[in-house]
This record gives sequence, structure tokens and C-alpha cells, in this order.
Amino acid sequence: MKRLGVGGWIILALAAVYFIGPLVLTVIFSLWEGRGHYGISAYVTLLQRPNIVRSLVVSVELALATCAALVVLLVPAMVFMNLYAPRLRPLFEFIAALPFVVPAIALVAGLSALFSGPEWLIGTPFYLVIPYFFLALPYAYRAIDVGIRAIDLTTLTEAGQSLGADMGQIIRLIVLPNLRTALVGSTLLTLAVVMGEFTFANVLLFHTFAVLINEVGQNAPTEAAALSTLSFLITWLAMAGVLLAGRRGGVQLSGAR
Amino acid sequence: MATVEAAGVSKSYNGRTVLAKLDLAMTDGELICLLGPSGCGKTTLLRIIAGFVTPDAGRVLVAGTDVTALPASARRMGMVFQSYSLFPNMTARDNVRFGPRVGKVPLAEQHKRADRLLEMVGLASHAGKYPHQLSGGQQQRVALARALAVQPQVLLLDEPLSALDAKVRAQLRDEIRRIQRETGVTTVLVTHDQEEALSISDRVAVMNEGRLLQVATPSQIYREPADGFVARFIGAAAVLPGVTEDGKVRVGQIVLHAEAARQHAAGKQVDLFLRPEHVRLEQLNGHMPPDGVAADVGDTTFFGSLTRMRLTLADGQIIWADLPSEQAEQFKPGSRVLARWDAESPRVIPRG
Repeated sequence: MKRLGVGGWIILALAAVYFIGPLVLTVIFSLWEGRGHYGISAYVTLLQRPNIVRSLVVSVELALATCAALVVLLVPAMVFMNLYAPRLRPLFEFIAALPFVVPAIALVAGLSALFSGPEWLIGTPFYLVIPYFFLALPYAYRAIDVGIRAIDLTTLTEAGQSLGADMGQIIRLIVLPNLRTALVGSTLLTLAVVMGEFTFANVLLFHTFAVLINEVGQNAPTEAAALSTLSFLITWLAMAGVLLAGRRGGVQLSGAR
Repeated sequence: MATVEAAGVSKSYNGRTVLAKLDLAMTDGELICLLGPSGCGKTTLLRIIAGFVTPDAGRVLVAGTDVTALPASARRMGMVFQSYSLFPNMTARDNVRFGPRVGKVPLAEQHKRADRLLEMVGLASHAGKYPHQLSGGQQQRVALARALAVQPQVLLLDEPLSALDAKVRAQLRDEIRRIQRETGVTTVLVTHDQEEALSISDRVAVMNEGRLLQVATPSQIYREPADGFVARFIGAAAVLPGVTEDGKVRVGQIVLHAEAARQHAAGKQVDLFLRPEHVRLEQLNGHMPPDGVAADVGDTTFFGSLTRMRLTLADGQIIWADLPSEQAEQFKPGSRVLARWDAESPRVIPRG
């Protein structure tokens, strides 16, 4: 491999400053106690807040529920489209890109007008899974699409059918395990999207983690910085966990040697 | 193990006819090859038998029962595909026991069956390996074991050897034949390779443009092709257009003797088929026997024990001769020689 030249190092250093700089400054600011003192008092106050754990749990639950909804709805839909209606691909691509062009605030308005029930859903934060599904759709679609293109879906499905398996068994036993890497990718992106989502939760008056960060930031800036640092760590740990889980017993998709 | 019958099967895609009212009946335990150029409909026929394609008309019968309306998963047919189709997330053993597993066979029996079949295809020691750890030939063996694990009534092989290199292909071809005989399962093999078809089949079904041209044993297909297409497609043959005379065929200005010309009225437009292994060469020594023809030696192709020589007749027609290689050395490229063959050798088939 060629060694990195001076120019390369400079670019790397600039990129590092650009990405890591704000993070480091946030951490330093979160430790500031005023008048040149530094300590962890912001973290202590933060963790003593009554609703922090609750909002964190809500956000994580929402992220997981969104991931589950994507696996249950999106994966079979994409499998069937690829197998039986490949002509619909442009339509799928279009729909998957839509959430990028529709502003969040418009989505909220549309959503509240469209879904007025059922009672057990709209009263709980899980109502947010519906908009989050659409928010995460472009990322999840892209990740799963790459995964499906990497396997010979038609042949694997026909092989399964000729061995007597029904479509449910084929998806559960053959397709999903071979989309593992793609599903890990889609889960990571969904986690990141949902954990940081503010507009929907705020407008619909649900107390998620991102809403809490905003709330704290308005009256206690160092605490908000501490919270951002924590949220960064939690998200990062979650992603590392998903990555590790995906790698263990991961499937290699190379062909014959 | 069962008889298989396709009765009046038709299929067209976007107005293009792929299969035209095709009838094919297979006896129990038979290995039949569907042979033809790409686009002849052989794969479509196989996929109709498998249940992946619904015919526009006609029926598929297995052991006398109409299965046309049954989905592929209910037909109990093992299938081996052209492309590698093992499930990448499963070991060889898990691949083989997949069918019994979804068929709710008890676990112990699943493993017993998988191990027995992996042993049969010579891969007992590879049972724990994943597909990406196996060579192409090994993957197709596992695929064969997997197809047999459902104890199929019919085994369908869709060009299973075409992705393999020549040596592995020949080995696996013999192995498929052995295993097919051992299990006695009725088998349909699709191929475009005539050598493969001739060497492995009980019967060969030659197809072109959605029709069956001839269904016969390999030696019948080779020796008595039903028409010009079959003769051209099976084995190398020179095809010379001409007009029949008494026991001869006139091709341009030259007259080639062929006993089979007597089967047709004199003056009929025919094609004369002459296989290279039937042509003998002699040195020209001024004297021209009535059953001989002068030819100029052109390029030669060395096949080891045999050498194929390209010969140009007086008015530019080309024939070939396969000679034992040491004999072929006597005839130098560019020299003029005498080409002869037995009058019974050429086939004469009406043109049109």
C-alpha cells in the first residue's frame, strides 16, 4: 500500500478537527462549573432529573419498535417486489425517497389528520412508530436493497419452494439470515434517526430523549451539553452492539472458491 | 419415482411462442435429457414440470395424477439449479436436511438422511462446511443431495454442470448417472451440451423453437437423426445441399455416393450429412475410383488420439475427416488427396 503523503495527513487532520472538535468542546463545556472550575456536577444534576431514564427508555423502545416494523413490513414487501413485480421497482424507489422531500412538519399535520385511532395506539408514544417508519424508510430501503441485490433471491426462493417450504419459511429461514448484514445496517441507521428525532415528538407532545435534550438546553446549558455527550455515548454503544451482534456468526456471501 | 407426462403443453411470452403443444412422456426411473440451443424452450418445459411456470394450455401428470394446478412446494420434485443455489447461511448438512426439516420429519431422521446422502455424493467429511468453503463442483453435489433428501418423485436438473470446468463436469456427470441409477428416480436434465446429453441419458429429447424434434436413445439420435436440425445439432457433420440421383447425391458439379439417396425420388432437393469419422483419406496416385472424390487438405485440429482435417472439394464445399493422429501426419496441408466413405454412411434428408 502507498504511504500517506503530507497532503493526505493534512486532509485527515482537518477532517478530524471538523468531526471531533465539536464533540471535544461539548464534553469540556459539560464539565464547566463556572469561574474556571471543572467537575461532573452537570452530570450529577442531570441523572437526578426524574424523567431522564423514562425518556431514554421511550426513545430506545421507539427505535426498536420502528426496526421491528421495518423488518416485518418492508422486508417481505421488497422480497415480493423483487420476485414477482420487478417492474414496481421505480415506484418503490420513489416512495422510499419521498420522506426526504416532505418536511417533517407537513408529515405531522398529515399524520394527525389521517390517524385518529385506534385509541390504544394514538394515546401512547408508540404512535410515533408510524412517522418514524417513514423517516427511517429511505435509509432502511437503501440498506436492504443492497443486501437483496447481493444474493440470488430468485434461485434461493425457488430452491426453497422445490424443497417444500412456504413463503413464510423461506423468508424466515433463508432470506432474513442472508440479509443479516443489510439488516444490521438498516437497524443502525434507524436507531440513529429515531434517537435524534425531535420535531414529531415535540409537536405531538411526547417526551422522548431528543425532546428532553431540547428542554434541558433551554434553561441549563451545561446540563444539555452533558446530556448530548451521554446521548452520543449511548447511541454509539448501541451501534457498536448491533455491529458486534451482526458480525458474530455473520454470513459470508461470496460464491464458490 | 414415477412416470412424468407433459400433455399438450403450450406457453408463450408477450406473443412469442416458447412451447407449442408439446407432448413428452417419461417412463418410471428414466433419465431423459432435454437438449437444444438456448431459447428452444427446454428450460421453460423443465420449469413448467417443476411448477415455477404455469402453462397457457396443457397438463403435467406425475404418476398419472394431474399436478398442473399444484404449487412447486407441493409437487415433491427435487431440483438442482444452474447457478449455485445452496443457502449461504447453512452448512452442507443443514442445506441437505432443509427439505425434511420444513416437511416436519423428526430431527434424528433429518440428520440420518442428510448424512447418508452426503456420503452418497462423497462429501461426508464436508458436512459442517458452509457453501463459500466448498468448490463449485462440491456445491452442486450438495445441491444434488439436498434435492434427493425430500425423496422426490422426480428429479429436475437445470444445466447443473454448466458453471463447472471441463474436468469436474465430466466427473460429476458420471456421478449423477451413478446416483440416478442407485436411487432409480425419474430424472429430467436440461442441457445445451450434446456430449453431456449423449453420455448420460436413457433417452434424449432434442428441442428447437418450442417443439420436440426427436425423442430417442442417444445412439438412435446420433445414427438416425430425424431431420436436418437434429443431424446438424448432434455431433459434427458436413452438410452439403444437393440433388438426388440413383444412389448418389449431386452437389454442384461433383457426385457423392450415398446409398440413402435411393430412399428419395431422383431429382429431389436434399441435404447430405457426412460425419467426419466416416471419411477415410488415401494418397492420390492418378487413378480415381468411382466412389472417391478429390479433396484439398486444409487446416487440421489436433485432439490427441484424433486429428480433424478440413477438406475442400472441387467446387469449394467443405467436409471434415477424423483420422488417428499418426495416420493424419501423412497428409500435409495444401496437398490433394482422395476422400472415400462407405456408401451406407451418409444420411440424406429432404430439404425444406
